[in-house]
Amino acid sequence: MDLRVEFAGLVLKNPIITASGTFGFGLEFSSFGDLKRLGGIVVKGLSLKPREGNAMPRIVETPCGMLNAIGIQNPGVEAFLKDKLPLLPWRETAIIANLYACSVEEFGDLAGVLSGEEGVAALEVNVSCPNVTHGGAAFGQDPAQITKATEAVKKRCGNKPVIVKLSPNVTDIAVCARAAEAGGADALSLINTLLGMAVDIKTRKPVLANVVGGLSGPAIKPVALRCVYQACRAVGIPVVGIGGIASAEDALEFITVGATAVEVGTANFLRPDQSFRIIDDLPRAMLKARAADMAELRGSLVLPGQ
Amino acid sequence: MVVRNCREVKVQSVRFLGTWDEASDFVELTLENPGWESYRPGQFAMLRPKHWGLELPWGRPFSISRLDAETLTVFFQVIGRGTSRLARLNPGDEVVVWGPLGNGFSAPPETPTLLLAGGMGIAPFRGYIENHPTPEFLRLFFAHRVPLANYPYLAMAEKVRAEAMQEHTPEDLPRIIERIRELMDENHGGIALACGPTPFMRTIQEHAVAGGLRAELSLEKSMACGVGACLGCVCKNGEGKHVQVCARGPVFQADAVQL
Repeated sequence: MDLRVEFAGLVLKNPIITASGTFGFGLEFSSFGDLKRLGGIVVKGLSLKPREGNAMPRIVETPCGMLNAIGIQNPGVEAFLKDKLPLLPWRETAIIANLYACSVEEFGDLAGVLSGEEGVAALEVNVSCPNVTHGGAAFGQDPAQITKATEAVKKRCGNKPVIVKLSPNVTDIAVCARAAEAGGADALSLINTLLGMAVDIKTRKPVLANVVGGLSGPAIKPVALRCVYQACRAVGIPVVGIGGIASAEDALEFITVGATAVEVGTANFLRPDQSFRIIDDLPRAMLKARAADMAELRGSLVLPGQ
Repeated sequence: MVVRNCREVKVQSVRFLGTWDEASDFVELTLENPGWESYRPGQFAMLRPKHWGLELPWGRPFSISRLDAETLTVFFQVIGRGTSRLARLNPGDEVVVWGPLGNGFSAPPETPTLLLAGGMGIAPFRGYIENHPTPEFLRLFFAHRVPLANYPYLAMAEKVRAEAMQEHTPEDLPRIIERIRELMDENHGGIALACGPTPFMRTIQEHAVAGGLRAELSLEKSMACGVGACLGCVCKNGEGKHVQVCARGPVFQADAVQL
Protein backbone atom coordinates (compact mmCIF):
# COMPACT_ATOMS: atom_id res chain seq x y z
CA MET A 1 0.00 0.00 0.00
CA ASP A 2 1.26 3.46 -0.87
CA LEU A 3 1.65 5.35 2.39
CA ARG A 4 3.51 8.34 0.94
CA VAL A 5 2.49 11.85 1.84
CA GLU A 6 3.63 15.11 0.30
CA PHE A 7 3.30 18.55 1.81
CA ALA A 8 5.16 21.85 1.88
CA GLY A 9 7.71 20.49 -0.58
CA LEU A 10 8.46 17.43 1.57
CA VAL A 11 7.95 13.88 0.35
CA LEU A 12 7.62 11.43 3.25
CA LYS A 13 7.60 7.61 2.95
CA ASN A 14 4.69 7.51 5.35
CA PRO A 15 2.87 10.02 7.56
CA ILE A 16 4.56 8.92 10.82
CA ILE A 17 7.02 11.50 12.17
CA THR A 18 8.58 11.28 15.63
CA ALA A 19 7.81 14.32 17.80
CA SER A 20 10.37 16.70 19.25
CA GLY A 21 11.61 15.90 22.74
CA THR A 22 10.42 12.31 22.72
CA PHE A 23 12.89 10.77 20.28
CA GLY A 24 16.13 12.52 21.22
CA PHE A 25 18.23 13.05 18.11
CA GLY A 26 16.94 9.77 16.67
CA LEU A 27 20.24 8.00 17.22
CA GLU A 28 19.12 6.85 20.69
CA PHE A 29 16.58 4.61 18.95
CA SER A 30 18.69 3.18 16.14
CA SER A 31 19.03 -0.23 17.81
CA PHE A 32 15.24 -0.59 18.05
CA GLY A 33 14.29 0.09 14.44
CA ASP A 34 15.60 1.32 11.11
CA LEU A 35 15.41 5.12 11.28
CA LYS A 36 15.16 5.21 7.47
CA ARG A 37 11.67 3.68 7.74
CA LEU A 38 10.26 6.72 9.56
CA GLY A 39 8.38 9.36 7.64
CA GLY A 40 10.47 11.93 9.47
CA ILE A 41 12.24 12.74 12.70
CA VAL A 42 11.73 16.04 14.51
CA VAL A 43 14.82 16.36 16.66
CA LYS A 44 15.02 17.71 20.21
CA GLY A 45 14.34 21.46 20.42
CA LEU A 46 17.39 23.48 19.44
CA SER A 47 18.41 26.89 20.72
CA LEU A 48 21.19 29.17 19.50
CA LYS A 49 23.26 28.54 22.63
CA PRO A 50 23.42 25.31 24.68
CA ARG A 51 20.81 25.11 27.45
CA GLU A 52 21.05 23.15 30.72
CA GLY A 53 17.28 22.98 31.11
CA ASN A 54 15.27 22.91 34.33
CA ALA A 55 16.10 21.41 37.73
CA MET A 56 14.92 17.90 38.68
CA PRO A 57 12.32 16.45 39.02
CA ARG A 58 11.36 17.09 35.43
CA ILE A 59 8.86 14.38 34.60
CA VAL A 60 5.94 12.63 36.26
CA GLU A 61 3.71 9.84 35.00
CA THR A 62 0.00 10.69 35.08
CA PRO A 63 -3.04 8.62 34.09
CA CYS A 64 -2.63 7.87 30.36
CA GLY A 65 0.06 10.50 30.04
CA MET A 66 2.86 12.41 31.62
CA LEU A 67 3.92 15.89 32.63
CA ASN A 68 7.29 17.23 31.61
CA ALA A 69 9.24 20.35 32.34
CA ILE A 70 12.61 19.59 30.79
CA GLY A 71 13.25 23.21 29.83
CA ILE A 72 14.68 22.53 26.34
CA GLN A 73 17.98 21.10 27.57
CA ASN A 74 20.00 20.86 24.35
CA PRO A 75 23.60 21.18 23.16
CA GLY A 76 22.82 24.15 20.91
CA VAL A 77 22.25 24.27 17.18
CA GLU A 78 25.96 24.24 16.22
CA ALA A 79 26.67 21.06 18.21
CA PHE A 80 23.63 19.42 16.60
CA LEU A 81 24.91 20.23 13.11
CA LYS A 82 28.44 19.07 13.93
CA ASP A 83 27.88 15.99 16.14
CA LYS A 84 24.39 14.61 15.43
CA LEU A 85 23.18 15.47 11.93
CA PRO A 86 26.07 13.75 10.08
CA LEU A 87 25.14 10.48 11.82
CA LEU A 88 21.46 10.65 10.83
CA PRO A 89 20.10 9.07 7.61
CA TRP A 90 19.00 12.46 6.26
CA ARG A 91 19.13 11.37 2.63
CA GLU A 92 16.51 8.72 3.31
CA THR A 93 14.25 10.28 5.92
CA ALA A 94 13.23 13.88 6.60
CA ILE A 95 15.17 15.35 9.50
CA ILE A 96 13.21 18.29 10.84
CA ALA A 97 14.93 20.78 13.13
CA ASN A 98 12.81 22.11 15.99
CA LEU A 99 13.60 25.76 16.77
CA TYR A 100 13.31 27.19 20.25
CA ALA A 101 13.89 30.86 20.95
CA CYS A 102 12.61 33.55 23.26
CA SER A 103 12.62 36.47 20.85
CA VAL A 104 11.67 37.13 17.24
CA GLU A 105 15.30 38.01 16.46
CA GLU A 106 16.62 34.75 17.90
CA PHE A 107 14.13 32.77 15.81
CA GLY A 108 15.46 34.53 12.73
CA ASP A 109 19.08 33.86 13.70
CA LEU A 110 18.36 30.16 14.29
CA ALA A 111 16.70 29.86 10.90
CA GLY A 112 19.73 31.58 9.35
CA VAL A 113 22.10 29.01 10.88
CA LEU A 114 20.01 26.10 9.56
CA SER A 115 19.06 27.54 6.16
CA GLY A 116 22.08 26.22 4.28
CA GLU A 117 22.17 22.75 5.84
CA GLU A 118 21.53 20.09 3.24
CA GLY A 119 20.62 17.49 5.88
CA VAL A 120 17.79 19.55 7.37
CA ALA A 121 14.54 18.95 5.47
CA ALA A 122 12.37 21.50 7.26
CA LEU A 123 12.14 23.79 10.28
CA GLU A 124 9.54 23.37 13.00
CA VAL A 125 9.10 26.56 15.01
CA ASN A 126 8.21 26.09 18.67
CA VAL A 127 6.37 29.26 19.67
CA SER A 128 5.62 28.16 23.24
CA CYS A 129 8.40 29.96 25.09
CA PRO A 130 7.34 32.39 27.84
CA ASN A 131 8.26 35.67 26.22
CA VAL A 132 10.06 37.83 28.76
CA THR A 133 10.12 40.88 26.52
CA HIS A 134 6.34 40.81 26.20
CA GLY A 135 5.21 40.60 29.81
CA GLY A 136 5.67 36.86 30.30
CA ALA A 137 2.83 35.68 28.10
CA ALA A 138 3.92 32.79 25.95
CA PHE A 139 4.73 33.59 22.34
CA GLY A 140 2.23 30.98 21.28
CA GLN A 141 -0.63 32.73 23.06
CA ASP A 142 -0.22 36.00 21.19
CA PRO A 143 -1.32 35.84 17.54
CA ALA A 144 0.68 38.96 16.63
CA GLN A 145 3.85 37.40 18.02
CA ILE A 146 3.18 34.13 16.17
CA THR A 147 2.98 36.08 12.93
CA LYS A 148 6.19 37.99 13.68
CA ALA A 149 8.17 34.89 14.68
CA THR A 150 6.96 33.09 11.56
CA GLU A 151 7.94 36.03 9.35
CA ALA A 152 11.38 36.21 11.00
CA VAL A 153 12.00 32.52 10.30
CA LYS A 154 10.63 32.70 6.75
CA LYS A 155 12.93 35.62 5.97
CA ARG A 156 16.08 33.71 6.95
CA CYS A 157 15.26 30.05 6.21
CA GLY A 158 16.41 29.91 2.60
CA ASN A 159 14.25 27.35 0.81
CA LYS A 160 13.43 25.25 3.90
CA PRO A 161 9.74 24.61 4.53
CA VAL A 162 8.60 26.24 7.78
CA ILE A 163 6.20 24.38 10.07
CA VAL A 164 4.84 26.40 12.98
CA LYS A 165 4.05 24.30 16.07
CA LEU A 166 1.08 25.70 17.96
CA SER A 167 0.22 25.64 21.65
CA PRO A 168 -3.25 24.43 22.70
CA ASN A 169 -3.21 26.73 25.73
CA VAL A 170 -5.25 29.38 23.92
CA THR A 171 -8.87 30.41 23.72
CA ASP A 172 -9.19 29.97 19.96
CA ILE A 173 -6.73 27.75 18.11
CA ALA A 174 -8.12 28.94 14.76
CA VAL A 175 -6.91 32.48 15.43
CA CYS A 176 -3.38 31.23 16.13
CA ALA A 177 -3.47 28.97 13.06
CA ARG A 178 -4.41 31.92 10.86
CA ALA A 179 -1.72 34.07 12.50
CA ALA A 180 0.96 31.55 11.50
CA GLU A 181 -0.47 31.28 7.99
CA ALA A 182 -0.43 35.08 7.72
CA GLY A 183 3.26 35.06 8.70
CA GLY A 184 3.99 32.81 5.74
CA ALA A 185 4.08 29.37 7.41
CA ASP A 186 4.24 26.50 4.92
CA ALA A 187 2.51 24.16 7.37
CA LEU A 188 1.31 23.94 10.96
CA SER A 189 1.89 21.26 13.56
CA LEU A 190 -0.31 20.90 16.63
CA ILE A 191 -0.73 20.46 19.49
CA ASN A 192 2.15 21.11 21.83
CA THR A 193 1.55 20.06 25.47
CA LEU A 194 -1.28 21.27 27.67
CA LEU A 195 -0.15 23.11 30.77
CA GLY A 196 -0.63 20.94 33.86
CA MET A 197 0.51 20.28 37.41
CA ALA A 198 0.92 17.53 40.02
CA VAL A 199 1.21 17.81 43.81
CA ASP A 200 2.74 15.44 46.38
CA ILE A 201 0.27 15.55 49.27
CA LYS A 202 2.80 14.13 51.74
CA THR A 203 5.22 17.04 51.25
CA ARG A 204 2.56 19.46 49.93
CA LYS A 205 5.02 20.40 47.20
CA PRO A 206 4.61 20.43 43.43
CA VAL A 207 6.07 17.23 41.97
CA LEU A 208 7.90 19.14 39.23
CA ALA A 209 10.72 21.49 40.21
CA ASN A 210 9.31 23.89 37.62
CA VAL A 211 5.92 23.71 39.46
CA VAL A 212 3.98 23.40 36.19
CA GLY A 213 4.70 21.29 33.14
CA GLY A 214 3.34 20.11 29.83
CA LEU A 215 0.80 17.28 29.74
CA SER A 216 1.19 14.83 26.87
CA GLY A 217 0.17 11.30 25.98
CA PRO A 218 -3.11 9.54 25.18
CA ALA A 219 -4.89 11.63 27.84
CA ILE A 220 -4.73 14.70 25.57
CA LYS A 221 -5.70 13.01 22.29
CA PRO A 222 -9.33 14.20 22.23
CA VAL A 223 -8.23 17.79 22.83
CA ALA A 224 -5.56 17.49 20.14
CA LEU A 225 -7.98 16.02 17.63
CA ARG A 226 -10.45 18.83 18.23
CA CYS A 227 -7.69 21.44 17.78
CA VAL A 228 -6.46 19.83 14.54
CA TYR A 229 -10.04 19.68 13.25
CA GLN A 230 -10.54 23.38 13.98
CA ALA A 231 -7.15 24.40 12.58
CA CYS A 232 -7.71 22.46 9.36
CA ARG A 233 -10.96 24.34 8.81
CA ALA A 234 -9.29 27.69 9.54
CA VAL A 235 -6.32 27.59 7.17
CA GLY A 236 -5.37 26.53 3.66
CA ILE A 237 -1.90 25.21 4.53
CA PRO A 238 -1.18 21.57 5.51
CA VAL A 239 -1.48 20.53 9.15
CA VAL A 240 0.57 17.93 11.03
CA GLY A 241 -1.43 16.37 13.87
CA ILE A 242 0.20 15.79 17.26
CA GLY A 243 -1.17 14.74 20.63
CA GLY A 244 -1.53 11.32 22.22
CA ILE A 245 -1.10 9.30 19.05
CA ALA A 246 -0.21 5.77 20.15
CA SER A 247 -1.56 3.55 17.36
CA ALA A 248 -2.14 3.47 13.61
CA GLU A 249 -5.85 4.01 14.27
CA ASP A 250 -5.06 7.16 16.26
CA ALA A 251 -2.99 8.44 13.33
CA LEU A 252 -5.85 7.84 10.92
CA GLU A 253 -8.27 9.77 13.15
CA PHE A 254 -6.07 12.84 12.77
CA ILE A 255 -5.77 12.34 9.01
CA THR A 256 -9.53 11.95 8.74
CA VAL A 257 -10.11 15.38 10.32
CA GLY A 258 -7.65 16.90 7.85
CA ALA A 259 -4.06 16.32 9.00
CA THR A 260 -1.56 15.48 6.27
CA ALA A 261 0.89 13.74 8.58
CA VAL A 262 1.20 13.08 12.30
CA GLU A 263 3.84 13.16 14.98
CA VAL A 264 4.18 10.40 17.57
CA GLY A 265 5.48 11.64 20.91
CA THR A 266 4.86 10.15 24.33
CA ALA A 267 3.97 6.79 22.75
CA ASN A 268 7.69 6.37 22.02
CA PHE A 269 8.00 5.69 25.75
CA LEU A 270 5.48 2.81 25.72
CA ARG A 271 8.29 0.92 24.03
CA PRO A 272 11.19 2.27 21.99
CA ASP A 273 10.00 0.60 18.77
CA GLN A 274 6.45 1.97 18.99
CA SER A 275 6.74 4.41 16.04
CA PHE A 276 8.05 1.59 13.84
CA ARG A 277 5.18 -0.65 14.97
CA ILE A 278 2.66 2.06 14.10
CA ILE A 279 4.11 2.21 10.56
CA ASP A 280 3.90 -1.59 10.31
CA ASP A 281 0.28 -1.39 11.38
CA LEU A 282 -0.82 1.41 9.02
CA PRO A 283 -1.84 -0.80 6.05
CA ARG A 284 -4.12 -2.86 8.31
CA ALA A 285 -5.68 0.28 9.79
CA MET A 286 -6.13 1.74 6.28
CA LEU A 287 -8.08 -1.36 5.26
CA LYS A 288 -10.22 -0.96 8.38
CA ALA A 289 -10.91 2.66 7.33
CA ARG A 290 -11.55 1.41 3.76
CA ALA A 291 -9.06 4.01 2.51
CA ALA A 292 -7.07 3.48 -0.67
CA ASP A 293 -4.37 5.99 0.12
CA MET A 294 -3.58 8.85 2.46
CA ALA A 295 -4.84 11.57 0.10
CA GLU A 296 -8.25 9.92 -0.13
CA LEU A 297 -8.58 9.67 3.64
CA ARG A 298 -7.33 13.16 4.42
CA GLY A 299 -10.12 15.45 5.54
CA SER A 300 -12.79 12.91 4.63
CA LEU A 301 -14.61 13.42 7.93
CA VAL A 302 -18.33 12.88 7.55
CA LEU A 303 -20.18 15.41 9.66
CA PRO A 304 -23.73 14.95 10.94
CA GLY A 305 -26.24 15.65 8.19
CA GLN A 306 -23.76 14.93 5.37
CA MET B 1 30.01 -5.08 22.35
CA VAL B 2 26.66 -5.80 23.92
CA VAL B 3 23.82 -5.35 21.43
CA ARG B 4 20.59 -3.94 22.82
CA ASN B 5 17.13 -4.79 21.61
CA CYS B 6 13.43 -4.63 22.45
CA ARG B 7 11.61 -7.95 22.72
CA GLU B 8 8.45 -9.47 24.12
CA VAL B 9 9.36 -12.27 26.51
CA LYS B 10 7.38 -14.52 28.84
CA VAL B 11 7.41 -14.44 32.62
CA GLN B 12 8.93 -17.61 33.99
CA SER B 13 8.45 -17.05 37.71
CA VAL B 14 7.50 -14.44 40.30
CA ARG B 15 9.05 -15.25 43.66
CA PHE B 16 8.38 -13.34 46.87
CA LEU B 17 11.49 -13.31 49.00
CA GLY B 18 9.77 -12.52 52.28
CA THR B 19 7.35 -9.96 53.59
CA TRP B 20 8.32 -7.23 55.97
CA ASP B 21 4.78 -6.02 56.36
CA GLU B 22 1.69 -6.23 54.23
CA ALA B 23 2.53 -3.11 52.25
CA SER B 24 5.96 -3.99 50.96
CA ASP B 25 6.91 -7.08 49.08
CA PHE B 26 10.29 -8.11 47.77
CA VAL B 27 9.99 -9.72 44.39
CA GLU B 28 12.35 -11.68 42.20
CA LEU B 29 10.93 -11.63 38.69
CA THR B 30 12.40 -14.07 36.20
CA LEU B 31 11.76 -13.68 32.48
CA GLU B 32 12.97 -15.44 29.37
CA ASN B 33 16.32 -14.10 28.22
CA PRO B 34 15.43 -11.52 25.53
CA GLY B 35 18.23 -12.74 23.26
CA TRP B 36 21.06 -11.07 25.12
CA GLU B 37 24.36 -12.90 24.90
CA SER B 38 25.92 -10.90 27.69
CA TYR B 39 25.67 -7.70 29.67
CA ARG B 40 27.83 -5.59 31.94
CA PRO B 41 26.74 -5.92 35.58
CA GLY B 42 25.35 -2.56 36.66
CA GLN B 43 23.41 -2.22 33.40
CA PHE B 44 19.61 -2.15 33.59
CA ALA B 45 16.55 -3.16 31.65
CA MET B 46 13.23 -1.39 31.04
CA LEU B 47 10.17 -3.62 31.60
CA ARG B 48 6.60 -2.99 30.56
CA PRO B 49 4.03 -5.79 30.62
CA LYS B 50 2.35 -6.19 27.26
CA HIS B 51 -1.13 -6.18 28.76
CA TRP B 52 -0.67 -2.81 30.41
CA GLY B 53 -3.02 -0.46 28.64
CA LEU B 54 -2.28 3.20 28.24
CA GLU B 55 -2.88 4.13 31.88
CA LEU B 56 0.77 3.69 32.88
CA PRO B 57 2.61 4.80 29.74
CA TRP B 58 6.14 4.27 31.03
CA GLY B 59 8.18 1.12 31.36
CA ARG B 60 9.99 0.58 34.64
CA PRO B 61 13.79 0.50 34.97
CA PHE B 62 15.44 -2.30 36.98
CA SER B 63 19.03 -3.30 37.39
CA ILE B 64 19.77 -6.64 35.85
CA SER B 65 20.19 -8.93 38.82
CA ARG B 66 21.10 -12.08 36.88
CA LEU B 67 21.39 -13.14 33.26
CA ASP B 68 22.03 -16.67 32.02
CA ALA B 69 21.48 -18.33 28.68
CA GLU B 70 17.78 -18.90 29.38
CA THR B 71 16.68 -16.24 31.85
CA LEU B 72 16.81 -12.61 32.93
CA THR B 73 16.12 -11.85 36.59
CA VAL B 74 15.31 -8.53 38.23
CA PHE B 75 14.75 -7.89 41.91
CA PHE B 76 12.50 -5.13 43.19
CA GLN B 77 10.44 -3.91 46.10
CA VAL B 78 6.79 -3.09 45.65
CA ILE B 79 6.64 0.68 46.02
CA GLY B 80 4.13 2.21 43.64
CA ARG B 81 1.60 1.59 40.89
CA GLY B 82 4.08 -0.01 38.51
CA THR B 83 5.84 -2.36 40.89
CA SER B 84 2.57 -3.47 42.52
CA ARG B 85 1.29 -4.50 39.08
CA LEU B 86 4.56 -6.17 38.15
CA ALA B 87 4.35 -8.22 41.36
CA ARG B 88 1.00 -9.58 40.19
CA LEU B 89 2.36 -10.97 36.92
CA ASN B 90 1.87 -14.68 36.30
CA PRO B 91 4.09 -17.19 34.51
CA GLY B 92 3.38 -16.99 30.80
CA ASP B 93 2.44 -13.28 30.83
CA GLU B 94 4.29 -11.30 28.18
CA VAL B 95 6.55 -8.42 29.10
CA VAL B 96 8.18 -5.97 26.70
CA VAL B 97 11.84 -5.69 27.70
CA TRP B 98 14.40 -3.27 26.30
CA GLY B 99 18.07 -3.33 27.16
CA PRO B 100 20.70 -3.92 28.29
CA LEU B 101 20.88 -0.19 28.99
CA GLY B 102 23.43 2.13 30.57
CA ASN B 103 27.11 1.62 31.17
CA GLY B 104 27.65 -0.83 34.07
CA PHE B 105 30.34 -1.17 36.72
CA SER B 106 34.04 -1.64 36.12
CA ALA B 107 35.22 -5.18 36.78
CA PRO B 108 39.01 -5.08 36.90
CA PRO B 109 40.45 -8.57 37.46
CA GLU B 110 42.70 -9.30 40.42
CA THR B 111 41.77 -5.99 42.05
CA PRO B 112 40.45 -5.74 45.59
CA THR B 113 36.83 -4.76 44.97
CA LEU B 114 34.48 -3.67 47.71
CA LEU B 115 30.80 -3.99 46.90
CA LEU B 116 28.74 -1.58 49.02
CA ALA B 117 25.04 -2.34 48.86
CA GLY B 118 22.28 -0.46 50.67
CA GLY B 119 18.87 -2.15 50.72
CA MET B 120 17.53 -2.74 47.20
CA GLY B 121 20.94 -1.58 45.95
CA ILE B 122 22.03 -5.18 46.36
CA ALA B 123 20.27 -6.11 43.09
CA PRO B 124 23.09 -5.51 40.54
CA PHE B 125 25.76 -7.13 42.71
CA ARG B 126 24.27 -10.60 42.40
CA GLY B 127 25.18 -10.74 38.72
CA TYR B 128 28.39 -8.83 39.37
CA ILE B 129 29.64 -11.59 41.67
CA GLU B 130 28.54 -14.34 39.27
CA ASN B 131 30.26 -12.75 36.28
CA HIS B 132 33.47 -11.51 37.87
CA PRO B 133 36.68 -13.04 36.46
CA THR B 134 38.35 -13.16 39.90
CA PRO B 135 35.60 -13.34 42.54
CA GLU B 136 38.11 -14.14 45.29
CA PHE B 137 39.05 -10.44 45.16
CA LEU B 138 35.49 -9.32 45.95
CA ARG B 139 34.11 -8.33 49.33
CA LEU B 140 30.45 -7.49 49.96
CA PHE B 141 29.09 -5.16 52.61
CA PHE B 142 25.33 -4.99 52.90
CA ALA B 143 23.44 -2.39 54.96
CA HIS B 144 19.74 -3.07 55.31
CA ARG B 145 16.65 -2.17 57.33
CA VAL B 146 14.29 -5.08 56.71
CA PRO B 147 15.35 -8.66 57.57
CA LEU B 148 17.99 -10.36 55.44
CA ALA B 149 15.53 -13.01 54.25
CA ASN B 150 13.95 -10.34 52.02
CA TYR B 151 17.10 -10.06 49.91
CA PRO B 152 19.16 -12.49 47.82
CA TYR B 153 22.01 -11.88 50.29
CA LEU B 154 22.63 -15.41 51.57
CA ALA B 155 23.14 -16.86 48.08
CA MET B 156 25.69 -14.10 47.43
CA ALA B 157 27.46 -14.55 50.79
CA GLU B 158 28.21 -18.15 49.82
CA LYS B 159 30.31 -16.94 46.91
CA VAL B 160 32.30 -14.02 48.34
CA ARG B 161 33.48 -12.71 51.68
CA ALA B 162 30.44 -10.85 52.98
CA GLU B 163 29.03 -9.06 55.98
CA ALA B 164 25.71 -7.41 56.68
CA MET B 165 24.56 -4.79 59.19
CA GLN B 166 20.95 -4.11 59.94
CA GLU B 167 19.71 -0.66 60.89
CA HIS B 168 17.18 -1.25 63.70
CA THR B 169 17.43 2.11 65.44
CA PRO B 170 18.84 5.53 64.57
CA GLU B 171 21.86 4.70 66.76
CA ASP B 172 22.83 1.95 64.32
CA LEU B 173 23.41 4.43 61.53
CA PRO B 174 26.71 5.94 62.78
CA ARG B 175 28.06 2.40 63.35
CA ILE B 176 27.19 1.45 59.77
CA ILE B 177 28.81 4.61 58.42
CA GLU B 178 31.93 3.93 60.48
CA ARG B 179 32.11 0.37 59.15
CA ILE B 180 31.77 1.55 55.55
CA ARG B 181 34.66 3.98 56.05
CA GLU B 182 36.81 1.27 57.67
CA LEU B 183 36.18 -1.12 54.82
CA MET B 184 36.94 1.54 52.22
CA ASP B 185 40.20 2.42 53.98
CA GLU B 186 41.18 -1.27 54.17
CA ASN B 187 40.44 -1.57 50.46
CA HIS B 188 42.89 1.23 49.61
CA GLY B 189 44.44 0.67 46.21
CA GLY B 190 41.38 -1.24 45.07
CA ILE B 191 37.96 -0.06 43.94
CA ALA B 192 34.65 0.41 45.74
CA LEU B 193 31.35 0.00 43.91
CA ALA B 194 28.18 1.30 45.50
CA CYS B 195 24.45 1.11 44.96
CA GLY B 196 21.82 2.19 47.46
CA PRO B 197 19.77 5.09 48.82
CA THR B 198 21.13 8.61 48.31
CA PRO B 199 22.30 9.24 51.93
CA PHE B 200 24.21 5.93 51.81
CA MET B 201 25.79 6.95 48.51
CA ARG B 202 26.72 10.37 49.87
CA THR B 203 28.61 8.74 52.75
CA ILE B 204 30.61 6.70 50.27
CA GLN B 205 31.16 9.57 47.87
CA GLU B 206 32.41 11.91 50.61
CA HIS B 207 34.81 9.32 51.97
CA ALA B 208 36.09 8.36 48.53
CA VAL B 209 36.66 11.94 47.42
CA ALA B 210 38.28 12.97 50.74
CA GLY B 211 40.63 9.97 50.71
CA GLY B 212 41.34 9.89 46.99
CA LEU B 213 39.79 6.39 46.82
CA ARG B 214 38.56 4.94 43.55
CA ALA B 215 34.79 4.46 43.71
CA GLU B 216 31.84 4.08 41.37
CA LEU B 217 28.26 4.96 42.28
CA SER B 218 25.17 3.53 40.61
CA LEU B 219 22.27 6.00 40.65
CA GLU B 220 18.56 5.38 40.60
CA LYS B 221 16.03 7.73 39.01
CA SER B 222 12.54 7.35 37.64
CA MET B 223 12.74 7.21 33.86
CA ALA B 224 10.40 7.49 30.89
CA CYS B 225 12.48 6.22 27.96
CA GLY B 226 15.58 4.58 29.46
CA VAL B 227 17.60 5.35 26.33
CA GLY B 228 18.73 8.95 26.79
CA ALA B 229 16.01 10.66 24.77
CA CYS B 230 13.54 12.24 27.18
CA LEU B 231 16.06 13.95 29.51
CA GLY B 232 13.80 13.22 32.47
CA CYS B 233 16.40 11.40 34.59
CA VAL B 234 19.34 13.78 34.58
CA CYS B 235 21.86 14.39 37.34
CA LYS B 236 24.71 16.90 37.43
CA ASN B 237 28.17 15.71 36.49
CA GLY B 238 31.41 17.00 38.00
CA GLU B 239 31.21 20.19 35.95
CA GLY B 240 27.62 20.85 36.98
CA LYS B 241 26.21 19.89 33.56
CA HIS B 242 23.04 17.85 33.28
CA VAL B 243 23.65 14.31 31.99
CA GLN B 244 21.19 11.46 31.58
CA VAL B 245 21.45 8.81 34.31
CA CYS B 246 20.04 6.22 31.89
CA ALA B 247 22.49 6.78 29.05
CA ARG B 248 25.59 8.33 30.63
CA GLY B 249 25.20 6.25 33.82
CA PRO B 250 23.69 4.74 35.83
CA VAL B 251 27.25 4.20 37.09
CA PHE B 252 29.36 7.32 37.68
CA GLN B 253 32.85 7.82 39.05
CA ALA B 254 32.40 9.12 42.61
CA ASP B 255 34.16 12.40 41.82
CA ALA B 256 32.22 12.99 38.59
CA VAL B 257 28.66 13.28 39.84
CA GLN B 258 26.67 15.51 42.20
CA LEU B 259 24.28 13.62 44.47
